[in-house]
Amino acid sequence: MSHAATHDHHDDHHGAPKNFFQRWCMSTNHKDIGTLYLVFALLMFFIGGSFAMVIRAELFKPGLQLVQPYFFNQMTTLHALVMIFGAIMPAFVGLGNWMIPLMVGAPDMALPRMNNLSFWILPFAFALLLSTLFLPGGGPAGGWTMYPPLSLQSDSLAYVVFAVHLMGISSIMGAINIIATILNMRAPGMELLKMPVFVWSWLITAFLLIAVMPVLAGAVTMLLTDKYFGTNFFNPGGGGDPVLYQHIFWFFGHPEVYIMILPAFGIISEVIPTFARKPIFGYKAMVFAIASIAFLSFIVWAHHMFAVGLPMGAEIFFMYATMLIAVPTGVKVFNWVSTMWGGSMTFETPMLFAVAFVILFTIGGFSGLMLALVPADFQYHDTYFVVAHFHYVLVTGALFAIISATYYWLPKWSGRMYSEFWGKMHFWNSVIWVNVLFFPQHFLGLAGMPRRIPDYNVAFANFNMISSIGGFLFGASQLIFLGVLIHGVFFSKKKATDRVWEGAKGLEWTVPSPAPFHTFDVPPVIHDDELAHGHVND
Amino acid sequence: MDQSHEAYFVPSKSYWPFVAAVVMFTTVFGAAHWLNAEPGDSGFGKTVLTVGVIGVLAMFFGWFRSVINESLAGSYNSQVDTSFRMGMMWFIFSEVMFFGAFFGALFYIRMFSIPWLGGEGHGVLTHEFLWSDYAASWGANAGNGPQHIGGAFRTVPAWGLPLLNTLILLSSSVTVTIAHHALRAGHRGKILAFLGLTVLLGALFLNFQAHEYIEAYRELNLTMHSGVYGSTFFLLTGFHGLHVTLGTIMLAVIWFRVLKGHFNKDHHFGFEAVAWYWHFVDVVWLGLFMFVYIL
Repeated sequence: MSHAATHDHHDDHHGAPKNFFQRWCMSTNHKDIGTLYLVFALLMFFIGGSFAMVIRAELFKPGLQLVQPYFFNQMTTLHALVMIFGAIMPAFVGLGNWMIPLMVGAPDMALPRMNNLSFWILPFAFALLLSTLFLPGGGPAGGWTMYPPLSLQSDSLAYVVFAVHLMGISSIMGAINIIATILNMRAPGMELLKMPVFVWSWLITAFLLIAVMPVLAGAVTMLLTDKYFGTNFFNPGGGGDPVLYQHIFWFFGHPEVYIMILPAFGIISEVIPTFARKPIFGYKAMVFAIASIAFLSFIVWAHHMFAVGLPMGAEIFFMYATMLIAVPTGVKVFNWVSTMWGGSMTFETPMLFAVAFVILFTIGGFSGLMLALVPADFQYHDTYFVVAHFHYVLVTGALFAIISATYYWLPKWSGRMYSEFWGKMHFWNSVIWVNVLFFPQHFLGLAGMPRRIPDYNVAFANFNMISSIGGFLFGASQLIFLGVLIHGVFFSKKKATDRVWEGAKGLEWTVPSPAPFHTFDVPPVIHDDELAHGHVND
Repeated sequence: MDQSHEAYFVPSKSYWPFVAAVVMFTTVFGAAHWLNAEPGDSGFGKTVLTVGVIGVLAMFFGWFRSVINESLAGSYNSQVDTSFRMGMMWFIFSEVMFFGAFFGALFYIRMFSIPWLGGEGHGVLTHEFLWSDYAASWGANAGNGPQHIGGAFRTVPAWGLPLLNTLILLSSSVTVTIAHHALRAGHRGKILAFLGLTVLLGALFLNFQAHEYIEAYRELNLTMHSGVYGSTFFLLTGFHGLHVTLGTIMLAVIWFRVLKGHFNKDHHFGFEAVAWYWHFVDVVWLGLFMFVYIL
């Protein structure tokens, strides 16, 4: 080793610190911080999931059985906030933390201490958010979108707004770090258009995060001043407009939707080529499709507000702009299918989740197209059809991709193979019950059942019961996931090879399993054959 | 690129990020309690907020001190320098988007919300049924909405203090640039003079802004409660003023660092980052002067 990395202190040169606080709270190591993010996301996934169980239990039968309506509303609100900002986003940041330096041949993230701060803000932000449940007046109950004037009625507003501010600071710093890492820390020879699609997807996602998290911060700041400092942004009597909040919120909100799905696209674009043993079909098209989707995400926000009473011209513009997104998304779906076409495929657990992603995410995409049609949306708006739509893209989309990535890279992280049998048990249980859970909600929505309501017409009873049964069993299936993870990290006897998967390509598979505490102290010499996308410029 | 890859730099572990998370939490937890305090409250929230703010200041001091020491020890190579530059640029971009939300609100209110309340186009029925006597216009006496919340008020004339403040900020951008050139040329006395002048101009701006606020509250009856005109006026100018305050403090810190001889003509990222930030604050002000005061 001719060129060692320079550490200004040599105490952490050879391995992880022994002291628990020093290792986990003072870390500058992208792998440890990535692990923290992933463990935190898993914890939040179960907390948010338990809120969902309360919701489905209440909706099991018509009438009020278990909880009061106000508490039900707190559950729907917190379920969304916890899952979006606590589970899905941190899970993607954790995956990015772990994998981006390994994938581009960097020794660590560009700004390692800021990386640690980005993580440690999150547990405090969620402590603040969830503490509202135990305060007089309870938690936020106006929906995760925090529309005024409803959201202004709750004393929890200040806590929620500050929690959102903290999450925003965390996300912005995390995104800055990822951009600086990708643009500044790549090993020589890792050209931009040879990077893994996952890295590309994160580069674009990070840009979206920096562009829209401050907008959300601005929106909730105006809520705060409206409630506590006597401003009138959202009060028509003072010349304001509650619809203004919706515009600003969804200017953040729609790119946010893609923040939660673009890294998923990246993951699927890594997993499918590995198990189809073929390079990805249309690498450049995949990258440009992600960029196009990101661009379009800025000009479609009002499709969340079709029913609020927008001028006709705006409705038509946002309808067509929204439908345009189907084009680059279609490119992606067709390219995943083309990658599989004629490949020598095997179906290990990551691949099973990836294939399920392609099919089920596409269902969510199609229901999205239905919602994009203004006249149709007047019918679907705020019904269970919308709930079904966004759970297909976020659960069978984003979450399935995260689970796929976890199974895919877990052997690289822990050095042990997880149990393939139990992984497949997890998959089949998840994929069956998630459809039992969410597919009937399409019918409920088309029949007119509104969302965010704890009680409903008896006409909806059958499908709700089916949906709840699916929900309980989908929730229980995730305990299998927990078991597989604990076994795969701590107890599995089967050692992972460095390559792990027969068809795996890319720099992350050239380092030992488990990946040592410090990797790529010396910039790796990159051979195009090693890279998943090394020959795209040919 | 070549020499930067000879050796990577990974900073040693540090407790500052964890401390930062704790004090940020303390600050907002205290603030939330304070905002919800009932009359006769024990002042718990205020106390926690104060502790938090002091903690945040101490954290910045400690964290930056350790970074400065590392920088002076020559630990940072050109790759680290590039990462810092990218970090600052993207941070400023996020600030642009933060102000973008407030400017967006201003434009929406002036272009749509107020005219619609006055019965134009889309809002004809609201006008008809709720406030048929409301004659929409921006500025004095209609900018506070159909309920005239906050009562009659007058607006701050653009060509008085705001114009002066515009000239002050613009010249401070020039002085900071002169200081930068002096830094590159290695003229220490000139740096200190012009950077000091920039700090003074920043402080002068804030002083005039404070005068303007006092006048608005006392003479013009233009307050935070003056309908949406007061809301946008004070939120936009207030957040800008906050940024000028931070920028001035940062410039003052850089002045002391110049005095201590921390920079040379090749290594002065700290100086440049603050200068970028100052220019950004300046550009935001031009937007404010145009859309809040003049138009």
